[in-house]
Amino acid sequence: MNEMTTVEEILERKSHAVVRDAQVAPTHDIRESLFELEAKGELIVQRMPENHVEVTTKYGRTKKIPLEHTWHHKSCGQCGHIPGYTSSIFWLHRQFGLDYLDPTDQTSCTGWNYYASATSNAAAQAAVMVRNFAAAYETGYFPVIHCGTSYGHYKEIREQLVHHKELRDEVRRILDKLGKPLVLPEEIVHYSEWVHVMRKKFAEKQTVDMSMITATVHPACHYYKIVAEDAIYDPDIYGGQRTATVTATLEALGINVADYSTWFDCCGFGFRHVLVQRDFTRSFSVLRKIETMKNEVNPDLTVTHDTGCVTTLDKSQFAAKAHDRKVGIPVLSDAQVAALAMGAHPFRVVQFHWHSTDWRPFLEKLGINWQKYWDEFQGDLELIRAGQKSGITWEDADKPVVYA
Amino acid sequence: MPTTLENWNPGKAANRHPEVTYEEKERLFFEVKNDPRYEDFLYGCYECGICVSTCPSARFYDYSPRVIAQAMAREDIERVYDIIAEDIWNCAQCFSCLRCPRGNNPGGLVTLLREVAVKNGLQETKDVLQGYSRVIYKVMLKGNQVSPDMLQPDFFPDWGPWVGQFSANMPVWRKAIPVDTLRGVTDAAWKTNRKTLLELYTIWFETGNMDIIKEIDEGLYELLADVMQEELEEG
Repeated sequence: MNEMTTVEEILERKSHAVVRDAQVAPTHDIRESLFELEAKGELIVQRMPENHVEVTTKYGRTKKIPLEHTWHHKSCGQCGHIPGYTSSIFWLHRQFGLDYLDPTDQTSCTGWNYYASATSNAAAQAAVMVRNFAAAYETGYFPVIHCGTSYGHYKEIREQLVHHKELRDEVRRILDKLGKPLVLPEEIVHYSEWVHVMRKKFAEKQTVDMSMITATVHPACHYYKIVAEDAIYDPDIYGGQRTATVTATLEALGINVADYSTWFDCCGFGFRHVLVQRDFTRSFSVLRKIETMKNEVNPDLTVTHDTGCVTTLDKSQFAAKAHDRKVGIPVLSDAQVAALAMGAHPFRVVQFHWHSTDWRPFLEKLGINWQKYWDEFQGDLELIRAGQKSGITWEDADKPVVYA
Repeated sequence: MPTTLENWNPGKAANRHPEVTYEEKERLFFEVKNDPRYEDFLYGCYECGICVSTCPSARFYDYSPRVIAQAMAREDIERVYDIIAEDIWNCAQCFSCLRCPRGNNPGGLVTLLREVAVKNGLQETKDVLQGYSRVIYKVMLKGNQVSPDMLQPDFFPDWGPWVGQFSANMPVWRKAIPVDTLRGVTDAAWKTNRKTLLELYTIWFETGNMDIIKEIDEGLYELLADVMQEELEEG
């Protein structure tokens, strides 16, 4: 913890940009503590696969991002309500022949519920996390976390496990009962970090020109605000003063990223609010985010990298129309945009039909005749309804569409 | 009870909850303060207001993360009880307040306050969480917070007419997803194997999580415990 004693010192510090020098980083490198605990026999640290790249984080430290041999810790909100988010992540892996696992021995982090209702405790949350990490470790594949909240929550739990021996002992006792080791990965990696390091490869395979698109970026709170020093920052993106994920990907795909004044605001998700008290969620999402984007830059699209943000920003716009608010910005994840740019089928892969805010004008601006592909998808559905096809498989979805 | 000119007592929190004894309020306060995580979440407060300026809930509710940090630091027992009873469920848990230059985590403090409110079965908390039980049921039993079959027009009427389409087409649309663990699954976010679910139930029992559910909703607890125990016995 950086010791600050006076308001003058705070103001002095705030007047400077973030210093990107690992030697003077204001926080301790938690990974060093993990290896120290491993040396004492307290836990196991799962090592990064050989095929990885290094990036820099907020204070200039190095973070390793695996390219393949990854165990995909899926997101319940993505898989449940925005399935094209998940299928786009896997589709991108498949386009490059990258080895990945889509496991059935994974539970969600249950962090959404914890942040919504607090009907859990530190030991339960840590045990759920480590059970998932142990499941990944048993396969030899390295975990990649799809959900921003899981990612932030796990990083915070990692801090708690390192700092509180009692918690480690309690979690180890429970893991023993399950016959699993207390294991943590060398890095906690978010899928958007994988997207970030792959962005130039995506651009090489890009077939859909996106240079006419203006997009805004909503950086996900739980990605870069919780254990902030672990998020990717790049001096070439916002001068290294904001996280580079999502923005760098869109720029690599030729999209014009437009800035807006409320970029730091959350989306209004609220965890409990989005499920049972949506007056707050809708108001915040529309008044502080969507309408501000509309007024300031009028984007074709807004892009984010978390479950809750896509859901909130997309679903909140319908009701606001009744109040004549300025809405109508389609919302996608970075993975969906990248997949679309590389020719992923808009419905078989990107699954636009689960999104609510009208996405048709965006596809039309890209020159994609969405109706043609919707009709094609309807043909798939007819076969499924008739029992002639059990479902859409990767065999149906892998091949990129070549748009006329 | 709203603060008026008549009952306003600047500098000292009025007793807005006389139905609860001071000793009980003090007990709850120290339950929060004695949590091992407390020292990681509160270092002091400059009253600079940076946390308030970034807080989404402060814009729409009579809510302030600064007041929470201040009341906890000052050990203002009455004010902390007011916060537990009236304020904590307004927090959006976005953790924008981590921007605090002193390194405080007001959102984390709220988490601790909420845990104590839940663990002690405070009526205000039971009232807030009443409509939320079906979600707790889902996450405890399936290990997923949400599932496709929750997309029903009566649950999300404000999400527009498309929710009706999701729900009407659910079985076939879910089959039209190429991801192997998602295809055809409607009652959970993805296919989870039975062993994994049994491990999850073991965690809920071993960590005392089931006792927490019992405190907040006994009916829900009975329902969950029956299903989980039966599954665990079958092995």
